[in-house]
Amino acid sequence: MKRSVLVLLVVALYLLHQDVWFWRVARPFIFGFLPVGLFYHVCFTLAVSLLMWLLVRQAWPAHLEAPDKSQEDRKP
Amino acid sequence: MIPAIVVFIYLAAVLYIGIFAFRRSTHRNEAEDYFLANRSLGVFVFLLSLFGTNMTAFALLGSSGHAFANGIVTYGLMASSSALIVPLSLFLIGTRMWALGKRYGFMTPVQMFRDRWQCSHIGTVITVVQAALLVPYIIIGVMGGGTTMNAISGGRIPYWFGGAIVALVVMSYVFFGGMRGTAWVNTFQTILFLLFGAIALGVIGAGMGGFSKAVSELASSPATAALLTRERVSTLYFFSYTFIPLSSINFPHMIIFCLTAERMQHFKKTVVLYPICMLAIWLPAVFLGVAANRAVEVPAIQAKLEARRTLATQSATLSPDQKIELRRTAAGDDVLVRLLEFYAPLWLAGLLGAGIMAAVMASDSQILALSTMFTEDIFAFYEGKAKFGEAAQVHTGRIFVIVLTVIAYVIALRWPQSIFDLAVQFAFSGYSALMPLLVGALFWKRSTRWGALACTLWAAAAVIAVAVFQSVVPAPAPGTETGWGSLFGQHIISRTPAGTAVLGLLPVVPMTIISALLMIVVSMLTTKPDETTIRRYFQK
Repeated sequence: MKRSVLVLLVVALYLLHQDVWFWRVARPFIFGFLPVGLFYHVCFTLAVSLLMWLLVRQAWPAHLEAPDKSQEDRKP
Repeated sequence: MIPAIVVFIYLAAVLYIGIFAFRRSTHRNEAEDYFLANRSLGVFVFLLSLFGTNMTAFALLGSSGHAFANGIVTYGLMASSSALIVPLSLFLIGTRMWALGKRYGFMTPVQMFRDRWQCSHIGTVITVVQAALLVPYIIIGVMGGGTTMNAISGGRIPYWFGGAIVALVVMSYVFFGGMRGTAWVNTFQTILFLLFGAIALGVIGAGMGGFSKAVSELASSPATAALLTRERVSTLYFFSYTFIPLSSINFPHMIIFCLTAERMQHFKKTVVLYPICMLAIWLPAVFLGVAANRAVEVPAIQAKLEARRTLATQSATLSPDQKIELRRTAAGDDVLVRLLEFYAPLWLAGLLGAGIMAAVMASDSQILALSTMFTEDIFAFYEGKAKFGEAAQVHTGRIFVIVLTVIAYVIALRWPQSIFDLAVQFAFSGYSALMPLLVGALFWKRSTRWGALACTLWAAAAVIAVAVFQSVVPAPAPGTETGWGSLFGQHIISRTPAGTAVLGLLPVVPMTIISALLMIVVSMLTTKPDETTIRRYFQK
């Protein structure tokens, strides 16, 4: 997956956090007790976990794990 | 008294874990072993301890108290925004810090800054600002220990004694176990957190006769219906809050924890599961805080609701002292404890009390982080290690742990908690405003030490300015604000009942944006580090 698509997904999720559409709405109560605004953010949290899984799969910075050959024993 | 006994057993278990970690250590006098557990934490301990490090008493007690007063908005404000920003920071910044630490031996962020920007005393300035923002947390931790022991024992254990016990236990396992002991204890505590949420939800739900009835009653009463929506906060305020989790990765204890993983692969599970852990702890805490508004059969909660009603209806006729007393009664930080006392059987209340104690004792990694910063950024940097050797450095770190805990305890006995609650609020904004340091160092070749200094001094000055503003201008009555100037239909700066607003936003937004601009502008105007250094940090 292209890196730009992943960046767009992150931005989209950040924007979806600002859910003005459920601002003044309590009903319906999901499972009979969870206000819809709270349920939305529960789903949002699960979606974040899914996005993180995608980032780890598609954009893992594996090059960082390779040792620096030129300065290997350098200490501060 | 049974809950207090269970809590004592828990404290003994925690102490044992710390001392067991000490006995397992084979390189006790080596700095990397004491301060970073020899960079050897496995994936399970790394995930749970890193999560536990970032969860303070606020995650359980403060969040339910905030939800008790403000409703479901608490979850969106503090949990779901952190569930996005914190793992993203770990993915982008934590992994890079881990790699640099492994490659060049860094043990603190300032060591990396000094190397990256070829600076010395500017690094010391950054250390001092970071430390000053962290100290209030440690004091709050000791205070939380005293308050919780006092509440769980039904007042039999005085505040001073409860605080002393908790401080002594934390100090002991940090002293002996160092990072390894702290990580193991944090792992144990996070498991307790996770169990706590599910058990508390089940027990209290059953006690209240199911949540459907409670939520329907809340919705049908005009006084409480708003708690099930987010209308008590503005959309600008809600947006501003997404800047607060930027602070997380900048807390020294968090970034130092990133250096303890044995392999970079360990970040993978941490990044993916972090939001799920947030959900498991915050959803029960927030929901129970909201539902507590219908727990009118619990006498202590009934008293809180009465106090809130009096404040809302008779505010004009009350004296300032009466208002302070009523606000103290109405505060909801102990609603979870009160619900458990009433609905849970004694032995279970004890176990859940241990879960609350686990949240309160999160100051361990902060104490260790300050000790690491002192010994690495000050003692070792100013030739202490070269003169006295590595063993003396580790001893100094251990002595620092004792001195810091004793000072925090003495302050906790003498000063009111409200001061430190405020300081912690400012600390979040301050650490968010320090974000350009890590981003600049790791992602922008052109960043310079002078840009870093400008950014650090700005963060410190802005925190002090907001603190002075809030102490000079008294808080207005709830629902009103005192403002100055006008732009885009908003006051340029205003004093609100909860704090300060700039153009309707929390101060953290302009603080962070100006900090980033300072990093950019000052860096562009000054000489960049030499090419060799830049190549070491930005090699393909």
